[in-house]
Amino acid sequence: MRTLLNFLIRNNYYLLFIFLQIMCIILISKNRNLQSTRILNSSNAVAANTFKTIANTREYLALREENQMLAKENASLLNIIRSRSYELIHVASLVQNDTLYKQKYIFNSAKVINNSTNLRSNYLTLNVGSQQGITHDMAIINSEGIVGVVKDVSKNFSSALSILHKDVKVTCMLKKNGFYGPLSWEKDDDYSSATISDMPMHSRIKAGDTIVTSALSSIFPEGIMVGYVKSFERKSGDAFYTVKINLSTNFKKINHVYVIKNVFKNEQDSLELKSQTHDKDDK
Amino acid sequence: MISNLFKNILRFVVLVLLQVLIVKNINLGRYFIFFPYVLFILLLPFNTPKPLTLVLAFVLGLCVDMFYDTQGMHAMACLTMAFVRSSVLELFAPREGYDEQLKPTIAYMGVGWFSSYALILILVHHFVLFYIEAFTFHEFFRTLLRVLGSTLATFSFIYLMQFLFYRQSNNRIS
Repeated sequence: MRTLLNFLIRNNYYLLFIFLQIMCIILISKNRNLQSTRILNSSNAVAANTFKTIANTREYLALREENQMLAKENASLLNIIRSRSYELIHVASLVQNDTLYKQKYIFNSAKVINNSTNLRSNYLTLNVGSQQGITHDMAIINSEGIVGVVKDVSKNFSSALSILHKDVKVTCMLKKNGFYGPLSWEKDDDYSSATISDMPMHSRIKAGDTIVTSALSSIFPEGIMVGYVKSFERKSGDAFYTVKINLSTNFKKINHVYVIKNVFKNEQDSLELKSQTHDKDDK
Repeated sequence: MISNLFKNILRFVVLVLLQVLIVKNINLGRYFIFFPYVLFILLLPFNTPKPLTLVLAFVLGLCVDMFYDTQGMHAMACLTMAFVRSSVLELFAPREGYDEQLKPTIAYMGVGWFSSYALILILVHHFVLFYIEAFTFHEFFRTLLRVLGSTLATFSFIYLMQFLFYRQSNNRIS
């Protein structure tokens, strides 16, 4: 016992180093688990409130551009209303309570108070949280296109994975004919580009084609703008194209965003899980 | 002694705030990222007890992690840097050891001493940080480039800061 104590005292420096290093490893490995609740992230009170103050200042300085973007969005919404004003009167009154039509997506507006673009895993912090009805796995878009996916929520803030995160995958499709593939952010992409792997060879893809989200993703609604095809190539031995796209969202200028809740997500997920487990049981 | 403690606490707060409020928004692409907050570890007095250095580095890392959403990564990088610091200090020690009044700044130790001391430690910090962040050796050379570029960026930042905040002192030894 005494020799052990002596050993501990003599090597306290190295033991302390190893102990703290293990703490770091535990913290990092917890962080890699996507479902975990985190204390030391930017949705905690100190960090989030600091970021909120800065975001308020910056928002004031960017009012002109923000106004222009909102005006543009208003114009496009007005176009939709004008072009089908007759039906919309009926639809709008039916949507809420009808048993035949049910609202599938609920939009919440939010403000980005922290954002990065130059790391390998980029995160956003939003000024809405569980009190505003935000939960894990909600989609985030802005008027330009897709932005990210909510990861953790605290009472008044939420932290989200940006599309510029190496672990985020979103199923996207060609707007013109519906061929789809997973979108990811690869190592050679910068803040304005991303990669779609596994696009079928017979999809007749062309540079400049529009890419939108596909209905296969249970997080994003179908048809949200993603970007335009920049180039595509077939790697030797692959039966698929690897497509480089320009993202339509300017990730350096994200301010106001919409957080989208899919009302039927739980139902869809539990159904899919159920049939998958049935399958396993059969085997 | 008390004023020294106070100075270090102040430096801790100021550097963390500088890092997360201002430097975090400097954007020179993916290969040049600034982390001047490590200056806190570089400037700890020579006679700081070694275990205390480790604990301070760990806390500093956690504080920065909180704002960068990188739970544990900066803490690990800072910890490794603080661990290496003691060996580097021994390696670069003058023959008669470090004087009580000396501080590890350019003004006291000279450009040559400070550059090699700071470059080695910043390199260690960035190396750990970027490889833990990437968490793969698939992007080995790209990550290495980021390490080297960012080391240069951080070092130049710290070098300039030294000239801004520390006046040339008379009892300079080099």
